[in-house]
Formats: sequence, C-alpha cells, structure tokens
Amino acid sequence: MVMTIERGVRDVSRAPRSRRGGVAHRLTPWFFLLPYLVLFGGFVVLPAVLGLWISLHRWDYTMPVQPFVGIENYIALFNPESRTSGLFWNSMRATGIFTLFSVPLLLVIPLGVALLMNRKFPGRNFFRAIYFAPYVLGVAVIGVMWRYLLDNNIGLVNYMLGTVGLPDDTAWTTSVPAAWVALVGVTVWWTLGYNSVIYLAALQDVPAELYEAAKVDGANKWQQFVHVTLPGLRPILSFVTIITLIASANMFGQSYLMTEGGPGRETRTAIYQIAETGLRNFQMGSAAAMSYVLTLFLIVLSVIVFWLFRERKEKQVSTREAQR
Amino acid sequence: MSNPQARPRRLAVAAGAAALLMITGCSGGGAGPQGAAPEFTGEYTGPEVTLSYWNGFTGGDGPFMQQMVDEFNAEHDNITVESNTMQWADFYQRLPAAVTAGEGPDVGVMHLDQLATMAARNVILPLDDLAGGLELTEDDFTEEVWDAAIYNDQRYGIPLDVHSLAMYYNTEHFAAAGITEAPTDEASFADALAKLKAAGYEQPFWMPSLWPAHLMELSLLWQFGGEPYSLDSPEATFDSEAGVQGLTWMRSMVDEGYSPSDVAADSQYIAFKNGETSITWDGIWQINDLTDSGLPFAAAPIPTIGDEPAVWANSHHFFLPRQDDEDKLAAAQVFIAWMSEHSGDWAGSGLIPARLSVRDSGVLDGMVQQTIAEQIDNMRFLPPIPGIGSVQVETLEIAVSSAVLGQQTPEEALSSAADEAAELMEENEAAFGG
Repeated sequence: MVMTIERGVRDVSRAPRSRRGGVAHRLTPWFFLLPYLVLFGGFVVLPAVLGLWISLHRWDYTMPVQPFVGIENYIALFNPESRTSGLFWNSMRATGIFTLFSVPLLLVIPLGVALLMNRKFPGRNFFRAIYFAPYVLGVAVIGVMWRYLLDNNIGLVNYMLGTVGLPDDTAWTTSVPAAWVALVGVTVWWTLGYNSVIYLAALQDVPAELYEAAKVDGANKWQQFVHVTLPGLRPILSFVTIITLIASANMFGQSYLMTEGGPGRETRTAIYQIAETGLRNFQMGSAAAMSYVLTLFLIVLSVIVFWLFRERKEKQVSTREAQR
Repeated sequence: MSNPQARPRRLAVAAGAAALLMITGCSGGGAGPQGAAPEFTGEYTGPEVTLSYWNGFTGGDGPFMQQMVDEFNAEHDNITVESNTMQWADFYQRLPAAVTAGEGPDVGVMHLDQLATMAARNVILPLDDLAGGLELTEDDFTEEVWDAAIYNDQRYGIPLDVHSLAMYYNTEHFAAAGITEAPTDEASFADALAKLKAAGYEQPFWMPSLWPAHLMELSLLWQFGGEPYSLDSPEATFDSEAGVQGLTWMRSMVDEGYSPSDVAADSQYIAFKNGETSITWDGIWQINDLTDSGLPFAAAPIPTIGDEPAVWANSHHFFLPRQDDEDKLAAAQVFIAWMSEHSGDWAGSGLIPARLSVRDSGVLDGMVQQTIAEQIDNMRFLPPIPGIGSVQVETLEIAVSSAVLGQQTPEEALSSAADEAAELMEENEAAFGG
C-alpha cells in the first residue's frame, strides 16, 4: 500500500504538466459524482447485493450461524404446499388489488385537480395548499386518524353517513371489500396532492400558443384537452404512472395502522408480509427472497409502462407522417 | 493512459472485496462472544453513567413508571436512567436488532413469556448472581412466575409484577340496572347482561376482534380445562374442545346482540370509557387510565364462564441486555435491585407486585386491583417456549379475530391456526435447538 502511494507520488511529480492536467481533468466528473455514488453504493447497491446473499440463507440475525440453503427460500415461495407461499401470494394478491384500484384514481383525480388549480380564480394559492396539505402528514398520523374516523361503531364517518340517511353500519376496517374502499380512499386523499403538483408544473409548461392556435382552428375545451393538454403531458404521464405504481405496490403503513392487515390477513400487503417475516419472525432469508420476487414484478411492470407510452408516441408520429 | 482508466476498476474490485468481507463477517459472527454480568455488589461506585432503559409501559402504568425512575435518579448521583417507552409489539421486534447491532438499551423490562425467546437468541444475560444478591427465593413467588425466567438452568429475569385481565364495569349502569354484585359465573354474567339490556344499555359488552380478544380466549380456554400449547412436543392445542367452547362463547355475545358486530381495534375500550358500553375485559394496567378519565367504574376478577376459575396473566421482568460496558452493567444491576426493592410502590401503577412478601405487606389495601390480586392462584401464564410470542401473533390472534368477526366458525379458525402454529413451532425448535 505504502509503496503504491510513493510510486504514485513520484509518477505525478515526474509527469509532464499537460499529462497531469489531463488526469485531473478526467477525474473531475468523478469527484462531482462521488457524493452521490457513495450514497448510491452504500444504500442501494450494497444492500441489494447483500439482500441477494441473505436470500440464499436461513438468516436469523440474532442467531450465531446462518446456514446456507441455496435457492430453498425461493422454492418455498413457489411451492403451493408450503405455508410461506400461501402467505406470500395472499399478500401479493392484496398488493395487486390495492394497486389496481389506487393507481387509476391517483392518475385521474390529481389531473382534474391540477386542471382546476391551473385556472385563474381568487384564492387559487390557498386551494393549491389545501390539496397538497395531507401529503405533508406522515403515514402514522393519517393512519391513526382515519382508523378512528372510520371505526364502524364509534367513528365519525359512519355517524355522518347516518345523519344524511345513508347506511351507517359499514365495517370500514374489519370487512372486505369495505376495507379496500377505505384504504384506497384514504391513500388517494393523502397522496393526490403530490401527483397534482407534478401535473400542475407540466401544465404550466404547455405553450400558450398551442391553445391559441387550437382556438383559432375552432377547437372546443374538450378538443383542446385531448389534442393539446394530453400530448403535452405525455412525458410526465409515464413518470407519474411509474412512481404511483411503485408507491402503491409498496403500500404498508395504511393497512398496518388502519386494519392491522385484517380482517384475517385480507389486507396484509406484500411489504407488510415481508416486514412480518423478516423483522418480527426474524426469517430474513425468506423475507429477502420475497422482496426479490416483488422487485421482479415491479421491474416488469415498469418496463411495460415505459413500453406502452413509447409505443403510442411512435404510432402517433407515424400516423402524422401518413397524414402528410 | 491506461492507468487512470484502470483505477475505477480497481476501486470497484476493492469495494466488492470489502462488501464480501462484510458479508462473511456478518454470517460468521452475529451473536458475538457470550457476555456476562459483573458480580453484583449492591452499589455502584464507578464514573457517572447514563443508562438507557427500554420498556413498553404505554398504558395507564407508564406515567407511574416514569415517576419511579425520577425517584431513582434523584437518589443516585452517579447514575441517570433515561426511559424509552414504546409499544410492546415494536419492543420485541427492535430489541434483538438493537442488541445485535450494539445499540441496545442498558436495562429493560419484558414479559415473562418472551424471556426464553430472548435468552435463546442470546439477547439477554443470565442474572443468577443478582437474584442471589437480592436474596430472592422461590417461595416468595408464584411458581410459574419464578420458573418461567429460567432457561437452560440459568435465570434471565427479575420479576417485578404480575398482571392479568380483569372485568371492568360501569357502576352507574350497574346501579341503574339493579345489579348489586359483580357477576362471578356464566349464569350471573348472563343475568347481568340481560338486566343491563332491559335497563336500556342495548349493547352492554362489546366483543373486541383484536387486542385483547386472544387474551380473553386464552382465559376461557383455561377455564374450560384446556391448554393452548403442548409442552412435550411442538404442537398447538388451542383448537381443543376447550378452545372452541371459549371462542364460541365470545362470538355468541355478538350473535345474542350484547355486542355490535365488527368491533375494530381499541373501540371496545373507548366505548367503555365513553359510557357507551357497560362491561369490558381488559388488563389491570388500564386502571390508572380509567381512574384519570373520571368514569364511575369498578374492577372484578373475570367471571368463570367455563368449569373452573382461570384468567390469563403475565409478568414483567427486569433483564440485562448483552453488552460489554462493565460500568453500565454494574449500574444497571443497582437499578434493577432498587426497582425490585420498591416493587411495593409499583402497586400504584395498578399492577400486582410479584413478591408474596410485598403483596402481604398491605400495599394493595384499598387499591382497585386488590380483589384481582386475591385471585392470584387462578392466574395462568403462557409456557416459556422460545419463539411462542410471534407464533401466537401469527396464528391464535388471527383465528380469534376471524371467528369474532364471524368470517369463520371457531372450529375452522382454530384448527387451521393450530396447524400453522405447529409448523412454526417445529421451525423454532429446529432454530433454537429444542
């Protein structure tokens, strides 16, 4: 080690000026990247590699030995006879249900909100803040708050429904499908502000001339939306879709706090199951294997989304060319 | 020219090697050397230390524990104890991780049924020397409380208290319904419910589907003569006739209209505090909370619904987490000793001191929990099987919840949960070496 440094120093001192400048020049971008690379390596790459390694063991970090079991943890996940696979696929199903219903709502409602907030009206900034406000709260706050609001016997929601003559005995947290309605509803209320802000920023980037040109061509509001606004939002749309998809697939806190995974294990999502397996039951190997299967699903989904958005773009270009 | 380009590659190789080292280091070690507590001398004369003290007293017992800690700090110049209170469920999840990472507390309190698990996981240290120094003897404790802290012939916990479920009732409701005495068996309990209903308290006994529903089921199972787990083999027996009878009775409270359906987390307790329901079964750790709420209430032992009186109980034990700092270990022992000696004061928390000599000294006279403490011989504890805590969360609790919600019959729910429990217990036995 010492020798290398000495040689390095000697090399540098003997090297001609121009070459030394060249080395420094080439290293400059790496120095700029270094802080991020350190974080990325330490918190993404290393855990990912370590996780893969853990998933090949029966890994209980409180025990003195972690026996190597090869791909046994993965086999267990795909063996319909095993208890783990039942629990895991049940939780994947729960995640699937939640994602299926929350993603479309989280794509459409925030768009509506953003369109509304993009218009000029008195108190606009106030309303923008109002819609974004819930997102500032942590999941612990919204989870505990809604658990009490939605309580079917003592909660405010059922009481309010009762006073306006609607059924007041819906078991929002202890029965399905009501629990899914509650979980999706609360999540949409909580996070729609985030997507709205992104949409709003994108809307403000759509050039005003395009709207003027459309108006001159006699396009009504709806036609303007379809032919100017939506194409203008397309690049942002794929980004919003993917982050919403990933956020929904990672849902944990809401069901952990509001339904405790119940009734039974119906609303126990994949992340919930992974946390239970790895952190409460100390089966880190099995939990890591579950994480990798979930990750694989998310990668495939993300690729599909990217592909879908790119595909449409090309089609449009080709049709446009055909029109010419 | 090739040098600068090679450097990143060399860096990558080095980083990879470091990662591998870390990995092998982790898989090799994990537990580290078996520590031991230094000899207990009765006092601490070393340099000033601050002890991190973990506990799960989140109920009505929490403020009282803090008061005792403040008192201890005032009496000891060179020891400062800082409490960290969290939910028990989080506590048992965090403790092994924190101790393994060397970030654990210096002293703590845990439940008796977790001691074996934590000892097997090498999270806590044996305390035989401290128990000897405190002159604690077997005949001063309930046998189950004393024995449960022993794992592989070593003692791991110093008992502080015992606590059980109790029946709380709203005395105003009882007076209005013309009930003069707390019900003690199935007939008088049914009679009380009927009278309350007749007096206009439509749903006098809300049946929880989550906490503490499984503690009610365990109590009933013992009352009907069952045992939840087998001690000889990795097997759950809570699906026995006794277990089914208990759970069937719980669900019947909903079917007969004494309880609303779908009682969600904690709402039975909140309803009781708000005077919406007349009776609830909950732990005696809630006594101070109920007293502070100003509710007119009284506590009594839970009635004998089954054949013999029995009630689920547990016990708080002090423990020493594994660590290397001799000063802290010595100071922590002084803290535990002080707490054990002041366990009479702890009665003020609503719980029952573990030591017979303390209980008989009159500290419980006039306390709300006095009638419950008199039933100490009927208290039943979970057996000290390593890993039993998390097995129960994954199996019995879910089965009880499903049955109370009416989604499965008690038989179905319990038998499938018992199969799962057996599988988990076998895995645990393999992991902990039986």
